[in-house]
This record gives sequence, structure tokens and C-alpha cells, in this order.
Amino acid sequence: MQAALSYLLHTLFPPTVLRPTELGADVLILATGVIIVTVLTRQKKWGWLWREWLTTVDHKKIGVMYLIAAIAMLFRGGVDALMMRTNLALPSVHFINAEEYNEVFTTHGTIMIFFMAMPLIFALFNAIIPLMIGARDVAFPRLNAVSFWLFAFGALLFNISFVVGGSPNAGWTAYPPLTELAFNPGPGEDYYFMSLFISGIGTTITGINFLVTILRMRAPGMTLWRMPLFAWTALCTSALILFAFPPLTVALGTSLLDRLFGASFYTLGHGGMPMMYVNLFWLFGHPEVYIVVLPAFGIFSEVVATYARKPLFGYSAMVLSVIAIMVLSYGTWVHHFFTMGAGPGVNVFFGLSTMLIAIPTGVKIFNWIFTMWGGRIRLTVAMLYQLAFIPTFVVGGATGVLLATVPVDYQLHNTYFLVAHFHNTLIGGTVFGLLSGLYYWWPKMFGYKLDERQGQWAFWLFFLGFWITFGPQYLLGLQGMTRRLWTYPFGFGWHELNFISTVGAYIMGAGFLVLVYNVLWSMQHGERDLTGDPWDGRTLEWSLPSPAPEYNFARIPVVTARDAWWAMKAEGRANQVKRVRPEEVAALELPRNTGMPFFLGLGFFIMGFGLVFRWWWIGIAGIVVVLASMLWFGFDYDDKKHVHPDVIRRTEAALGRLEA
Amino acid sequence: MAQKGFRARGWWKWGALATGLLAVSLTGCGPQYVLLHPAGPVARDELNLMVLASIAMAVVIAFVLALLGYVLWRFRDRPGNPAPYRPEWTHSRWLETLWFVIPALILTVIAVPMVGQTYALAKVPPKSDPLVVDVTSLDWKWLFQYPQSGVATVNYLVIPTGRPILFELTANSPMNTFWIPALGGMEYTMSGRVLPLWLEASQPGTYWGRSGQFSGVEFEQMFFQVKAVSPAQFQAWVNQVKGQAPAMTLADFRRLESPGTVGTITYSAYPASTFPAVTHGFTLDGGMYMVMSNRPEENQPGAPMSMSSQPKASSAAHARSVAPSAGMSVQPMKMPMPSSTPMQ
Repeated sequence: MQAALSYLLHTLFPPTVLRPTELGADVLILATGVIIVTVLTRQKKWGWLWREWLTTVDHKKIGVMYLIAAIAMLFRGGVDALMMRTNLALPSVHFINAEEYNEVFTTHGTIMIFFMAMPLIFALFNAIIPLMIGARDVAFPRLNAVSFWLFAFGALLFNISFVVGGSPNAGWTAYPPLTELAFNPGPGEDYYFMSLFISGIGTTITGINFLVTILRMRAPGMTLWRMPLFAWTALCTSALILFAFPPLTVALGTSLLDRLFGASFYTLGHGGMPMMYVNLFWLFGHPEVYIVVLPAFGIFSEVVATYARKPLFGYSAMVLSVIAIMVLSYGTWVHHFFTMGAGPGVNVFFGLSTMLIAIPTGVKIFNWIFTMWGGRIRLTVAMLYQLAFIPTFVVGGATGVLLATVPVDYQLHNTYFLVAHFHNTLIGGTVFGLLSGLYYWWPKMFGYKLDERQGQWAFWLFFLGFWITFGPQYLLGLQGMTRRLWTYPFGFGWHELNFISTVGAYIMGAGFLVLVYNVLWSMQHGERDLTGDPWDGRTLEWSLPSPAPEYNFARIPVVTARDAWWAMKAEGRANQVKRVRPEEVAALELPRNTGMPFFLGLGFFIMGFGLVFRWWWIGIAGIVVVLASMLWFGFDYDDKKHVHPDVIRRTEAALGRLEA
Repeated sequence: MAQKGFRARGWWKWGALATGLLAVSLTGCGPQYVLLHPAGPVARDELNLMVLASIAMAVVIAFVLALLGYVLWRFRDRPGNPAPYRPEWTHSRWLETLWFVIPALILTVIAVPMVGQTYALAKVPPKSDPLVVDVTSLDWKWLFQYPQSGVATVNYLVIPTGRPILFELTANSPMNTFWIPALGGMEYTMSGRVLPLWLEASQPGTYWGRSGQFSGVEFEQMFFQVKAVSPAQFQAWVNQVKGQAPAMTLADFRRLESPGTVGTITYSAYPASTFPAVTHGFTLDGGMYMVMSNRPEENQPGAPMSMSSQPKASSAAHARSVAPSAGMSVQPMKMPMPSSTPMQ
């Protein structure tokens, strides 16, 4: 018994890695956990939490849960970034040691891509897409909850690695043979492969779900060519997910076979082929870049039209360029490793295909600018992010063309020039886009506006901090500084720019704190949105009250034009659409809440945890939970609840939307 | 009020941008900007292309910024703005064609020399007699072997100026990239493959090289110095090494293979089996070498025996007599020099 206990302690908390950062994280996690449990118990909220949130299948609530998880992960990834920047501020700073640094840059990248950007996108998809296309829910509400819980438990598994056993430490791309058991014996890489494997299943399901939702559940009259751009980008993103995640799943699964069961797909010896992993990873990885940036393009297309009071310029060109980007993005993956010696023919092909993708992207930039031409531009926070996005993303795209120029990439590959480039596109594109979307749709999601003045502070800190952080990194690339260095000596002359960059990172951190303050303050004091249409919006979600009732639309609207709500307002039918006559209200069937997705995710978590430590019986127990949940799911025919018309009439009357 | 505040902050932004640009143009000439100070033809060609692409992209960026600034200034929502409000103007065929065609043209300006340059860099200049250096990345050190003379170094390189160097890159460790920024772009070192890369130093000097691909806890130590010297000095260095340095034994190689860091080491000779004899990496022409084994102990059971029977060359005379034959005996197994091989 004692031997087992000491074995357990030794495995979970290896004595060599008791570090101050880890201890701090332990204390923080424990304290937060204790506070949450205490509050929930004292307020008697456990039942409420379970009934209203953990078992919900309502797309709007799932969106909120995605949002909370994503903000928490943004915090975690941001702290990782600050730890890195602190270490690099000056030559030979040893704030954290090499092992910690390697873990931190790995978790920073992985978390920001998989557990921050993706869920934040899904938060907005869930919260907005059904409202925007005039649907009562997504096509498969229960699968939607399954997606969320697989993501959430995958993220949990990934995050506990820091305090239980050790984090992955081979970069977010996890190239073998560095991730091979022989070179990386700890549990860190198992955590990486296992957690991404689990959340990847969830993401694939989300892709299927929104693909079907958008194709099949649009309101009558909303043809594809009348669909808002955000819905178009959601459609294309879902298609990208559907075809891009399988290669990743294969790469992760085979890597797990290598590590857990001694296979040799990518090992250094026994005929393994590490470069095959690199191909599979980027076959996913490049479309992934567009998976996270296309929704931002969609958000900007909605935001710019609303705040310039003008329909999107060149709608057809915009849609076609989204489709072109979707198709082309599958043909560019080798540009991530021009320097692996594939020969000039292959490199030239992928260099040209990468340049080609710049053209539809350029078309979009000009169309956004010309949407503003002849409009009336209101400088709200959402619009500020849009205006900051254009120059930032154009610079990111321009440096991307430099990197696509094959011989130039030979010099710039894996330098800080590259680091600056992809942060320019991922922060300037994705993060600015998602923040813009949050400020824009926040009233729709929560019923109150985020304070504009505080939002402007957060924006300027974030925007200027961004350029102070990443501007110098382009120059560091030209000075030959390569990425993933935990420290550097004085002699290279890299210290000045690194110091500036670190200052910028802290400014961005301050911007994040102001953003959180903005949310918390506005929760109490923010302007309540009673109209449902605070920005004079253009699309259907603004015809609903904020936040929308559980069933979204008491009566599904009929769409007659692009920018449907704008057209209804222009025709003077706004009140007609908003108000419903009692006899028009029919009984509804809505999906019934279920705990199955939660237990399914929990089962995967237990399985993953068991396999990470090779505790086979725990792994098998997890698989049993997974199978039991699926059986439960399969035989649960009572998955709908009926909503009586009177309930809807009462809700609508309370919102002042029922005709007398 | 808020609008005024915005405008003031906007000026601040432009001021910061202008200061930043000025700072860049002032510091851009410093020697620490190693990519902007090429010391060989490969790096120079790559820099020229980078400059061309940067200028083309700067034109695009400047145009977009100017357009955005103008639109923002003219169409702000403020009372009495005289600019026309035209919500019905949502499409213009010729404008949309224009910003489809112009970026395509600008990209063509970059793409055409890019294609030519990519093919050109993939071949050692014809009629040259390249010096071959076999590079192996290990955990966490660089092993350089000179098959033509049989000497080997660890963590530093000596090369002659004015002569192309053909690096043959492999790894006995997780991946790294081999990079000497002053001389040219990087290439991966991968176990089980041998990738070719040619570079050349025009002027004598000391340059630095390092790995660009993260390879584990001592990755920061994947650093080496490159001394470019005149051909005569290079020959003198080779002779000196042959006369003074010890020969590498297989046991020495095993020690190098095991994880850890070392300083610089010099060997007058090395066992042939320490570098892959026949490779299935790619050739400089984009074709493929033949199948190989990277691990000496796996497919060449005889080789280690014969090598270990080779006496340790502790004396200068011994090294001279043994090393060249050890070095040369492997070479015939290799494919012909890629530069003299036509495209497959």
C-alpha cells in the first residue's frame, strides 16, 4: 500500500521538477478550486449549475461556456507568453530554466491555437450563427454539447499536465523524433497527443454540425446568396475542419501508437519516417490557419457594414474569395518546410500556390475599405479593432509573401521574422477579429453593452502593445535570432530589441486586464440593451430581443433580401417582424437537456489520463465510461421536450413582443 | 469629445510609427543585422530577392494605409460631413477587377525571379570543384567531416574562400537546421536522410552558425563558428590538423552521439562508418539518392570491426598514412557529385 502510494506520488510529482512556478500554479489552482466549491455550496448552486449549464444543449449557453473557457485559456497562454518574454528581456536572464521555458513555449502555442482561438470561434458560431440564419438551434444540439465537453475535458487534460507529471516540451508542432519516447520519456508529450486527440474529435463534430446547420436550417427565403458573410465563413470553416482534422487525428493517433505501444511510424530507428509526420501535421496545420482566420474575415464583414451603415461592397467577390481561400489552403502546406530539401520543383509549386492565396485575401481587404467608401463610419470599439486589423493583417500578409518566396524563406525560416509574421496574422487577424466580434455581439449574448470608453483603453493598450512586441521581432529575425531559444548571450546584439519586445508584451498584458475589468464592470453597470438592436444592425439576430429566448424565434421570419433585417427596417416592417400575434404561436419541440455529453467527455478524460501514465486499468475504465455514455445516447429516444404555446406567449408578452 | 480624443490618439499612433521607421532605417545598417550583410553569393542572391519582395510589398502596404487613412478621414460619421453618403453603391466591376489584377501583377514581379532563383540555388555552380563537408547534428553538438581530406571537427568549421562548399546534412538525433546566416539559408538535418546544401564565402572572416529547429533541452548550444580563410591557409590548416590532431575512434563517435554538450574538438581522421555511405535523401538536383542506413551498427556489421581494428592514430605520421585511405575508401560507394549528375 505504502509502496503504491509512493509510486503514485513519485509519478505525479517527480521530485526533480518541483519548481517555484509549478508550486505557484498548484497553490493558485487549489485556491481557485476551494473558492469555487465554497461559493457554489454556500449559495446552493450545485443543482443550478448541473441543470442549467453542465447538461444544457442550448447553443447560446454552449456558446457562453466556450467563451468562458476561451478567456481562461487566453489568460493561461498569455501568462506563458509573459514568462517567455521575461526570460528573453535581457541576455542570460534565468527567470525560468531551459526545461520550464521549453514547456512554456509549447503550452503557449498549443493553448492559443487549440484551446483559445478555436473555442472563441466556436463561442461566436454557437452564439450567433443560428440566430443569424433564422434557426431555432443547431442541426444536432446534443452533438454540439458532446463537442463542447470533448473540448473542455481535452483542455483540462492538457492543462493539468503542468502540475501533474510535466508539460509537453517539443513545441506546438511536436515534431518527431524529438517527441519519440527515447528522446522524451516523460508524460508531457503523451498529454499533448492525448488531449489534442480528444478535443480534435470534438472539433470535427462541430465542423459537421455547423456544416449541416448552415446548409439545411436557414430561414425560408434565405438562399445561399442572401446569407450573411459570417455564415459563409462559418460554412467554409466547417468544411475546412471536416477535411483538415482527419490528417491531424491520424498524425496524433500514430504518434500515440509509437509512444504507447512501440510502433515505429516516426521513430529515428526501425525505418520510421519523421518527415511523414511533418507532412501530415501541416496538411492539417495550414488549413487550420484559415480555420481560425476565416471566421474573423466573416466578423469584419458584418462589423464594417454595420458601422459604416452600408452594405458589404462586392458581396459576390467576397463569397468567391472565401471559397477560393478554402480550396487553395489545402495546397500550400509544404511552405512550412521549404528547408526540408524537397527540391526546387516542389518548393516552387508551393511557393506559387502560397502567393496565389494572397490574391483573394487582397480582394477582401479592398472590399472592406470600399465598404466604408461612401458610408458613415462610427468609431465604436468593434470598429476600432476592424481598423487596426487592416494594416496589421496587410503587414502580416506582406511578410507572408516574403516567406513564400522560397529562397528568402531559406534565410527566414524559424527565425523571429517568422514568429512576428504569424503573430501578425493570428493576433492581427484572428484575435482582433474575435475581439471585434465580442464587442459587437456582446449585447446580443448577454443583454448589455460593454463600456466603450474602457474598451477603447483596452484596445489602444492591446494594439500599441502588439506592435511594440512584434515590430522588433521582425528585426530580430534579420539579426539571425531563431525561435524557441530559452536564453541568449550578449554578443549577438539582440538585447535591445528583445527588451523593447518584452515591454510591449507587458503592455498587451495590461490591455487584457483592462478588457477583463471592462467585462466585469459592464456586467454591473453596462448599458442594458432593451431594443435588441443597439447598433442599428443588418442581420436577423438583431431582430431578436437581447439575449434571445431559449427558442430564439417565436415565429421564423421570411427572408426576402440580403441583409435581411436592414431590408425589413427599410420597408418599415420592423415592428411586424418583431411582434407576434397570439394565434401565430405554435407548440415547439426543443432538445431536452442531457448529462450524457458531460459523462462522455469525462470518460475520455479518464481514459486519456490513464493512458498518459500507462495505468491501463484506469484507461480501460475510461473507455467503459465512454461506451456506456454512447449506449445511453443511442437508446435515449426521449430527447425532445415540448414547449406549450402559452409558455412562448408569456415569454413574448414579457418582452413586449406579443400583439394584444 | 470622444471623436477629438480619437483624433489626438491617432496622431500619436502615426508619430510612433514614424519614429519606429526612423529607428529602423538608422539601425538597419548595423553589423548585427547579419541577414543584411551577406558574405557569400548564396546569401547575396537571397538578400537581393528579399529586397525586391520587400519593396513590392512596401508599395502595397503604403497604398492600403493611404487609402484606409483617406477613407477614414473622409467618411467619418460626424455632423455636417459633406462627403456623399451612398449606401446603394455596393459593387463596381472594374474596381474589383482592378484589385484582382494589380496584386496579381505585383506578385508576378516577385514570382518570376523567385522561380529562377530557386532552381539556380539548387545546383552547385557548374565547372566548380566544391569542397565537401559532411555535417551530422548530434545531441547537442555539430560534427563536421571533410571526406576529401579525412579530417573532422566538432562545433567549428574551417572553409576556404572563393570555392563552393557542398554540405551533406544528416542527423543522429532529433531534427535541427544547419544555418550560417552570413553565407546563406538553412536546411534541415534529419536522421535517415542526407540533404545537400551549397554555400560559399567570398571574403575571409569569422561567421556564426546555429540550428533553427528546436531539438531539446540544450538546443541553445547548437552553435558553431565558421572560419573562412584563403585556400592556401585552408590547406595549411588541413595539414596542421593531420599532423597534430588525434584520429576519431568509434568510441569517440559513440561519446559524441550520447546526449550532452562539448567544446570544440579536432580530429585528423574518422571511421568511415560514422557518416551514411549511401543515402536516400534528396540530391541537389531535386532527385533522390539511393537507400541507405544511417546507423552504422545496423546495416554495416563489418564496418565497426574493421574500424576498431584500425590503430588509434596518436602520432602524426600514423594519422597521415591512415586517415586519407579511411576517408577515401568510403567515397566510391557514394553517388557521383550531384553537380555533375544530370537531372533524373
